[in-house]
Order: sequence, then C-alpha cells, then structure tokens
Amino acid sequence: MNNLNELRAKCKEIYEKKLSRPRVVVGLGTCGIASGGDRVMKAIQEEVAAKGLDVDVDFTSCIGMCYAEPMVEVAIPGMPSVVYGNIFPEKVPQLLESHVVNKKPVYEWAYIQIPGDATPLEGIDVMEKAPYYEKQVRSVTARLGRTNPESIEEYIATGGYEAFEKCLSMERQAIIDEIKKSGLRGRGGGGFPTGNKWQFVYNAQGDKKYAVCNADEGDPGAFMDRSILEGDPHAVLEGMMIAGLAIGADEGCIYCRAEYPLAIRRLNLAIAQAEKYGILGDNILGSNFSFRIRIKAGAGAFVCGEETALLNSIEGQRGMPRVRPPFPANKGLWGKPTCLNNVETYANVPNIIRNGADWFAQMGTEKSKGSKVFCLTGKINKTGLAEVPMGITLREIIFNIAGGIQGGKKFKAVQSGGPSGGCIPSEHLDTPIDYESLAAIGSIMGSGGLVVMDETTCMVDVAKFFLNFTQLESCGKCTPCREGTKRMLELLQKICDGKGELKDIDTLERLARVIKNSALCGLGQTCPNPILTTLRYFRSEYEAHIVDKRCPAGVCAALLVYVIDAEKCTGCGACLRACPAGAITGEKKQPHSIDVAKCIKCGACITKCKFDAIKKA
Amino acid sequence: MANVTLTINGVQVTVPAGTSLLDAATGAGFFIPTLCHDPANPGYGGCRICVVEVKGARALVASCATEAANGMVVETESPAVQEARKTIIELLLANHPTDCLTCEKNGDCRLQDYAYRYGIRKSGFEGERHSYPIDNSNPYITRDLNKCVLCARCVRTCAQVDDRQVLDFAYRGFNTKVAPAMDTSLGESDCVSCGRCVAVCPVGALTFTSLTGKGRTYEFRKETVTCSFCEAGCKFDLNYKGGKVIAVTPNAPGEGRPLCLKGRLGMELRYVDKPVTPMLKKDDKYVEVSWPEALGLEDVLARIKELGE
Repeated sequence: MNNLNELRAKCKEIYEKKLSRPRVVVGLGTCGIASGGDRVMKAIQEEVAAKGLDVDVDFTSCIGMCYAEPMVEVAIPGMPSVVYGNIFPEKVPQLLESHVVNKKPVYEWAYIQIPGDATPLEGIDVMEKAPYYEKQVRSVTARLGRTNPESIEEYIATGGYEAFEKCLSMERQAIIDEIKKSGLRGRGGGGFPTGNKWQFVYNAQGDKKYAVCNADEGDPGAFMDRSILEGDPHAVLEGMMIAGLAIGADEGCIYCRAEYPLAIRRLNLAIAQAEKYGILGDNILGSNFSFRIRIKAGAGAFVCGEETALLNSIEGQRGMPRVRPPFPANKGLWGKPTCLNNVETYANVPNIIRNGADWFAQMGTEKSKGSKVFCLTGKINKTGLAEVPMGITLREIIFNIAGGIQGGKKFKAVQSGGPSGGCIPSEHLDTPIDYESLAAIGSIMGSGGLVVMDETTCMVDVAKFFLNFTQLESCGKCTPCREGTKRMLELLQKICDGKGELKDIDTLERLARVIKNSALCGLGQTCPNPILTTLRYFRSEYEAHIVDKRCPAGVCAALLVYVIDAEKCTGCGACLRACPAGAITGEKKQPHSIDVAKCIKCGACITKCKFDAIKKA
Repeated sequence: MANVTLTINGVQVTVPAGTSLLDAATGAGFFIPTLCHDPANPGYGGCRICVVEVKGARALVASCATEAANGMVVETESPAVQEARKTIIELLLANHPTDCLTCEKNGDCRLQDYAYRYGIRKSGFEGERHSYPIDNSNPYITRDLNKCVLCARCVRTCAQVDDRQVLDFAYRGFNTKVAPAMDTSLGESDCVSCGRCVAVCPVGALTFTSLTGKGRTYEFRKETVTCSFCEAGCKFDLNYKGGKVIAVTPNAPGEGRPLCLKGRLGMELRYVDKPVTPMLKKDDKYVEVSWPEALGLEDVLARIKELGE
C-alpha cells in the first residue's frame, strides 16, 4: 500500500452507511459522562432493545455546550438532526417515542439542529446561527460532538490523514515553511511561533530526535486539551506525525495527565488503530519514514506542564524544571533535539496542511493567526468549550457566546491564563483576544481557560486562591517561587483576616517583582500575575480590607459583621434561639440586635430568619 | 576554543566560549554570591542568589547557569539584582533558625556571610516555619533540615556515586525537603556515610558529628591530605585544634570517584590522636565494631597471623 486511497474509499463507505441509518448519538465526553451520559446511554440501549426500534445507538464527544450535558442527538435520514440537552434517563422513552418512532422532534428539549441537506425545522436554532455558535469557528473542534472519536474510519472518511499523506511527498523544509507561513503560534500559552520551533529542531544536530506532545493541562478551569484528545485523538496523532516527518523524528511521546483516563484510553485506542492500518509504524505507506507514538501518564504535578519539567518527568525523574538554555529544541528528551508542542497546536497542523497556510492566516489578527479554543467557566450562564477566531473581544465571548452573567448579576472580572494569568476588569472587555493585547493588560493568553467572576467575588480572595494553588504546586527548586509564594499567600491571608497593614501591599509588590524577575521557570515567573493584576485594577478592594476592615464583596468571613435590620425584624426570636454564641439579644416582638464581639459569624441566624432581616455587611 | 568578549560592570572581559557568567565575573574580580553552585556539578540554577542583570534579557539570569556570549552587557550589583538578592536572603532567613550563636557552621556559613554582606539583620517576613526534628540517626552525619536551603548540592553530589543516590527531594512547594527514599532517617537509608554531602553543604544543615561541640570553625586549622587507601586520591582535611588532630573530615572526592567510608575511617585511625570506635551498619542499625572489621581487614589480619605462626 503506497497511499490511503483504498482505505479512504472503504472508510467513506462505512461512514456513509452509518449516516444513512437512523441514529441516536449520546455525548460521552468527560463532561457528558459526569452529567450522567453513561446512564442515558444505558437507558437508550435498553429502550431500543425493549421496543425493538430500528435505530443505531452511537456516541460522540463533547460538542462544546457542556452546560447542557447530557446531550443526545437524534438523526433521522431526510430530517434535520436535532441535538437535545439535559436529557436524563427518565426523558429517554418520550424522546425515542416522539422523535424516533413518530418522527416528531421534542421542541422544548432541543438546543440546536443540524439540517444538512434537509429543510430546517421551525423553532430550533440551526447550529451555526445559534447564539452559542454564531461567533465561533469550528476548525480544531470540527469533529467534536460530530463523529465517533473511537473510530479511525470516521476520521479518515472526514479528511483525516490526508494532510499527512500530502506531507509524505513534500520536502521536509517545505512542511516547516508552510507552518511558518500560517503564523501558527503555541497554543499552550507561550505563543512561540510553531514553525520557528520546528525549524530549530530541524536544524539541530542529532541522530535521534523526538516529537513530544504536552497534554498536561493543569490550569484550573481549563479543559480544551482534554476535549480535543477525547473528541479527535487522531488529529493530535496526525499533527505529531507531520511534525516528526518535518523535523526528522521517529519517535513521539504524549505526556498526558493521569487525571484524564478517558483521553488516555481513546489515545491508546487511536494509536492501536493507526498501527493496525500501517499509518503508524515502520516505513509508513512504503516511505522511509517510520514513526511510533507512546503515552506517558503524568502523576499530577502542575509544574510538569512546564516543558523542561515535563521532559524530566518522562525520563523518570522528579518533575522539576531545567535551566534554559539549552532549549528542548537542542537538548530535550534524553538530551536529544525535541519538538515540544501543546495538544491544540498539533491538532491545528493537519488543517493547515490540508487547507493551506493562507486559509489559516486569513483568520485572526496581524500577529495572532487562526482560531483558539477557550473554556468558559465561572459565573456565566453557559459553561463550555468555544473555538473563536483570534481577535474577537472578551465581551463577545462572555456575553454573546457564554450568555452573560448568572442571575443577571454584574460582571466584575475575567481571569485568563489560569494561575499564570491575570484578572481583567470590565474596562478591558473590548480587548481583542490575541497574545500581545492580553499581555499588554497584564494577563496572558494562556492555554485558554476563562474564569468569569461577578460582583459577589472578592478580588483579594481570588488572588489568594491562585496563590494557594501555585504555592502548593511549586516544585521547590528555586527559592523565590518556593519561599516567595508561601509568604505572598500568608500576606493575602493576613489581609483577608482583617489584620493587614498598608505596608503589606508594598511587600506584596516587592515580592511579586522579585519573583517575576528571578524565578527559574515559567510557573514562578508568572505566578505573581494574579496579585499584580488585582492590585492594578482592584487596589481599592485591598485598601478596603486593610483600612476599613471591610470586604466589599462580602466574601472574607473575618471582615463581615452580621447586623439585624430593625425595620424588618419582627422580634420572633428564631435567630436568638439559633445563635450558638449567645450573641443575639432582644425582647419578644421587639427588634433584636447582635453583639458583634460575641458573634462568631457562623450564619445560623441568617438561615433561620424568615423576614430577611439579617444582613452581612 | 574561541573566546568571547563581554562587558561586566563596565569592564571588558574576554573568556573562553562556554564559560559561565559566574566564572567570567569572579575571574574578573567581581563578587557574586552562590548557594547551589557546585563547581564539580555546575549549571543547576536553583537558589537564584547568583542572578545578574543582562542588558536586553526579559528577566534576571542565574549567572551560574548562563554562558557568556559576545557583546553581553552584564551588571552584577544593579538595583534589581540587589533587590532580588536581599529578598532571597530574607526569604531564606524567614524559614531558617537564626541560632548562629550555637551553630556548628558559624563562621563558615554562606547564608550568614551573605546576610552580613547585604545587611539583612532579620527577615521581614513572618509566618510559618518548619520545625523538623534533628536527624542524628547516622553516627557520622548530623542532619538539621530546619537549616537546609534546598540548594540540592548534597542531592547532586550523592547522585554522582553509582548505586547510591540516597538523597533526593520529597514533597512540593514550601514543604519540599531533601530526604532519603520514603522520607526515612539517614540512619535507616542506604547512606554509607562517605560525607561528600557534608563537604558541599553551604549552611549548617549537614555537619560532621565528630566535630560537634569540639570547637568553632575558626578555631580549627585544616590540613588537607590525600587518602592512600586506593588510587582514587580523595582529599581529606585534618582538623587541628591546639596542635592536636581532633577529627578527619572528607574534603573532596578524587577524580570521578567517591569518597568512601573505608578511606574516612582509615584516615581517622591513622591521624586522629584519640580515634573513636568505628561503627558499622548491621541489620539497618549502627553497631560499634573493631577497626579491622570496620576497614574490612579482618581476613587479611587473620591470614597474616596464620602465616606468622
């Protein structure tokens, strides 16, 4: 076999046969399973068997609307396929009865429809025009929620491995030039031009080279890489193979955190399938290119997402960063030239080769090309995965795609880039998303997590949260990060406890400056960002904690005072009886009051009050 | 090898390519403090106290792990460098018992020297401190982790000995510490008490038990001798106090070879005026043994005796 034509024809046949049959497809990404998707799957299988329905039951990965999981798609040939959300086992019989048996979609449960060649249904948003997808592009995420991620046949039938096949007949330098021309930059957060990195590895001297994939996604609130690995594992493999071909590597390694068992399982399956078809292995398709990929499961250290710590971890050493230079491109895994890219970066490669660098470069801004996958989490209405063109504003992502803030509350800040990023306030909501613009406002692009906060969030508390995270995850190698994050955390705790002094802000700023300037690796150098940005944009909140001993957002327990509104209090005595500290006094049917000195701020009185008369202030 | 020329504190310096900024600067007479730098094991870059400012670089760089390059403009005592160094010393002191009055290392301690040099009287940070029990389970090495600055010199020097690698980091973040496997005591570990870790410790975390309470570091006169028990030629120090050798301590391993317990004990037997009884590990416990047994010479002695008869 010297090309994939025969295999591709066979795969297309299999895929088209599947599409020509009525199907019920359950979303079984981790989000779907966590919401009960596997129970829904079981319920559907039982119902289909019990009623003897002529319908195939299939599964897919996360389509992006995690907030609506478990999601079930019903596709009847000749009709638009409808994706339903919040389908729990008890809804299954009605759904199948109505849509599969009687061909009548259940409109109130439907989220989107994908008409295909059929006439769209009235009353259900067509996917591309639905509020959630209108501003999105689907390039890296194109197969997510649409194909079965455990089927290599479907991957090949939908254009998979075409790019790799094309590369086999290209000059190695030409592949690198194409990636350079596309303007693709590292999607793990650093934003280093991918083509240049490949060039360095290509130029590096060495008889052995490696292509390594960083799938150690660790930022709180980030799950892009997991979704891609679970939804389109072959795209990552193909991207790595193209990289391997271009740089001259014959071995690849995916460093995936062990907390992603489903991703690891699907990757292992994908590797086995590709090996079975001779797409991975020795002398692939009769060429002189051989490539093998193995998976290394990470043991759960955040710092192993840092490239040199990751390499140490693969080598079986403690995950601690190495001094750079030498960079991995020259001295990486086992001391050999290594091309290290993130999951999403590799997943972009096949599309770039297949559609051309110009196609990719026409998306995005001048310096940041293409699309980026973001994870929308926090106090927003629609939690999920969204792929947007670079240059879109934060406002569009938060208010158009994510549907704004929960409960109609006011937006306060959005944290991009996890613990290495910064809190961006509302005045910067119209900042276009690209590497440079985000850096200019003190944050970073990061891997793509967006944690949205509303007015009930205390920014000092947020800074404390992230510092607690980095402090625990510091590897301990360099002094500024190991000792400095601990002291910064202690200062933040002191401020939240109402014991802060104004000089603590200066100390925090000095520590942040020194750590940023002198820490060994990216984790240390960026860990002060949450403090620096909250100090830059929300300094008054710090001062309120320190000077007025007040937490404006009402979060920091030590700074809250419980008071009874005399106008609303009926003197029923419920709070008095509930108070474990004996802090509440008052005559029957007279407004009660709380002795601040005795109050332990447990909140028991608030839960007992029927008249909404007790307030935290 | 080609040379490179760079500017350090306004002075043009020419060094062979591949020289670290630290060596280039110290060679030109400039002072740079170091804690984790071990000339026999360079390029670790962990303690960050040796940071210097390189014009055009994004952040300060560790001079011990950065190669000098043509045209580099380096400042070794700029305000940013001084701020970083002072803060790092403060951070270390915030979690370090300042019991210099009774510390065995007093007078020979890097941290003490640098705190003095940079005028850090006490740490400005108050907060959690470690309080690890002192590990004296090993008869030759006293380990006080409260004084450890996690420079990893002990870890790296131990890792150079095949089949040893007794020490490594354990835990993360603020709780990171140097420990034998499974965080046992040194006595329970595979440590053979060669003492190379003690020889490189820049602070008072690892000290020789044989010297404990025998005198201050500046009261000793050290004389370096070469061990003659094998061809490796490791260096040992004879510690004189008042004309008497009170202890022999390992100084540096021979070229590519470990310091070994046999050498240490043999040197003690040979030089110390009143040698202590040697101890050997049997069934994971140290027990007092005779010198022939400690040195593994029992068979030889028995044979000589036999032949003599």
